[in-house]
Amino acid sequence: MTTRIDTRFAALKKEGRAALVTFTTAGDPDYDTSLALLKALPAAGADVIEMGMPFSDPMADGPAIQASSQRALKAGQTMKKTLQMVREFREGDSDTPLVLMGYYNPIYIYPVEDFIKDCLEAGVDGLIVVDVPPEEDEELCIPALKAGLNFIRLATPTTDAKRLPTVLQNTSGFVYYVSIAGITGTKAPDPSEVHAQVARIKAKTELPVAVGFGVQTPEQASAIADGADGVVVGTALVKIIESSLDSEGKGAPEAVEKVTKLVRSLADGLTSSETVAAK
Amino acid sequence: MSETPNSYRTGPDERGHFGLYGGRFVAETLMPLILELEQAYEDAKADPEFHAELKHLLDHYGGRPSPLYYAERLTEHLGGAKIYFKRDELNHTGSHKINNCLGQIQLARRMSKGRIIAETGAGQHGVAVATVAARFGLPCVVYMGCTDIERQAPNVFRMKLLGAEVIPVTAGSGTLKDAMNEALRDWVANVEDTFYIIGTAAGPHPYPAMVRDFQSIIGQEVRSQMMEAEGRLPDTLVACIGGGSNAIGLFHDFLDDKDIAIYGVEAGGLGLGNPDEHCASMNGGKPGVLHGNRTYLLQNDDGQIIEGHSISAGLDYPGVGPEHSWLRDTGRVSYVAVTDKEALEAFQLCTRLEGIIPALEPSHALAHVTKLAPTLPSDNLLVMNMCGRGDKDVFAVAGLLGVEM
Repeated sequence: MTTRIDTRFAALKKEGRAALVTFTTAGDPDYDTSLALLKALPAAGADVIEMGMPFSDPMADGPAIQASSQRALKAGQTMKKTLQMVREFREGDSDTPLVLMGYYNPIYIYPVEDFIKDCLEAGVDGLIVVDVPPEEDEELCIPALKAGLNFIRLATPTTDAKRLPTVLQNTSGFVYYVSIAGITGTKAPDPSEVHAQVARIKAKTELPVAVGFGVQTPEQASAIADGADGVVVGTALVKIIESSLDSEGKGAPEAVEKVTKLVRSLADGLTSSETVAAK
Repeated sequence: MSETPNSYRTGPDERGHFGLYGGRFVAETLMPLILELEQAYEDAKADPEFHAELKHLLDHYGGRPSPLYYAERLTEHLGGAKIYFKRDELNHTGSHKINNCLGQIQLARRMSKGRIIAETGAGQHGVAVATVAARFGLPCVVYMGCTDIERQAPNVFRMKLLGAEVIPVTAGSGTLKDAMNEALRDWVANVEDTFYIIGTAAGPHPYPAMVRDFQSIIGQEVRSQMMEAEGRLPDTLVACIGGGSNAIGLFHDFLDDKDIAIYGVEAGGLGLGNPDEHCASMNGGKPGVLHGNRTYLLQNDDGQIIEGHSISAGLDYPGVGPEHSWLRDTGRVSYVAVTDKEALEAFQLCTRLEGIIPALEPSHALAHVTKLAPTLPSDNLLVMNMCGRGDKDVFAVAGLLGVEM
């Protein structure tokens, strides 16, 4: 079955450019600002939207995304509200792929079967769940795939040749290459090393490969995109939201404007670069 | 309730599951290392030299075996079961934590890992890790919540004296859960050279089984010591539960001795009425996934983890080791809770009657003993694990009792 994610990556391949995947946390800094931002992202140049489901204990995330998760939870975000946000987004956008990223416990408690059903109904295209490795596939990955959601797996610098087939098995939509051994937004990836790793993964799969976890500036994004099918930027966007909070910690209207401005320059950087797909 | 198994001592299965619980819920970056660790541990278990070296360290450096002590005055005072303390507070570093740390540091050395990290709540595990790291000349980083740093100041200084770097964690409520998150983040970023010594019988497989194995010496010693003292096995076992390493260490050898009643004592904090005010995950939580395993967790309806509360930094954790969750559901072990206040009273009672200052963690087990022992006949042999000494707690207790020092 072809999903919005498949369609979007195929179209970008024809255009010869890499996808810009944006990450923001659902409900950060509050529901309304977050929804306004979500709606503004495609026009600013986001090709694929990754939205974080806030969790109290985001073990794979650096300080910026941890704080965004905390802001969202404090403002009352829940799993149900995150899905409601997707529904409202889909009312005005039926093409942009939307992926939910998060941790397993809130899904497990939802519980899994209902969550998958509600995701499909709301218009979610794929899931990235950090703490469910292939060893636990029957928990969530297999049921999600069966129901028609993409399950996007992370491959990392520690995923060696022996393990790569395990990671690629049951992965769909795209492969998310984690460009650093570490947590989000803490180290800068080395583009040439990333390109070599992406090439290694692409030799073993037909799926597009997007790179994330350390990409913060348009220059970095452009350099990474030269060797990948997509670039994920999250921490840089979330930091803008953090810096535009008012003195009471509430979201300011200009947050949306400031974030979309960076998204636009990131997208411009990708348009001018040549991708693996085009080569 | 699950079906009664033939044996309670065969878990986990090859994928690290104790029934519904356990597993390996970690980020992909860690998975190859987790698999490597599992293999290294399997190899070590099969190597007689590993066991011989560990035994030598446990005996000559750790001070094992720890005594099994008949608490005569407490027994007389309570007027019921004959109470024995397993004196693991007499170990080097003052708690049962050294048993596990000596095992894991030996494994780290086998795996040629040059850097040690750990999380700590009360600081007992942190001190034990800093100690073994000093003993083997390895650099050591300990993550500790800022709330715990404040209430366990003596242990913070001990770790620093031992050469460890203590990194304060300000996230969340600054307790054990937050320290564990931060240690996991460090591990992901330094996966090549770093060995993470987890202090409790929780985390991704193989940690729950490995920590249990290293702590099981407690129960094994009790078995032979009780045979020597009384010519038969104990009737009742009691231990406190945070993550549950001292408890599983005492219980595991006896799980298939079905006439022995076993009690795990959780931290009831200010009472079980409000989930923010206790840390009794098996009495007041439900199954979920955190820190690499499925287990009972304190959480809200949206699956967000609740911080909980306990007077004892070592029990202030919203989860519990997965094997305990399974033992709870099978009904083999009874898990009860006592409040901060009851623990504090037991702390004082034991200090005055036995001349032993217990840590606040086993004071919870003691509080349950004070309720349970009077209901039992005088020929009932009860063993409580005195898993830590209270030197680290005297300042905090003074504060709680309104004494200025």
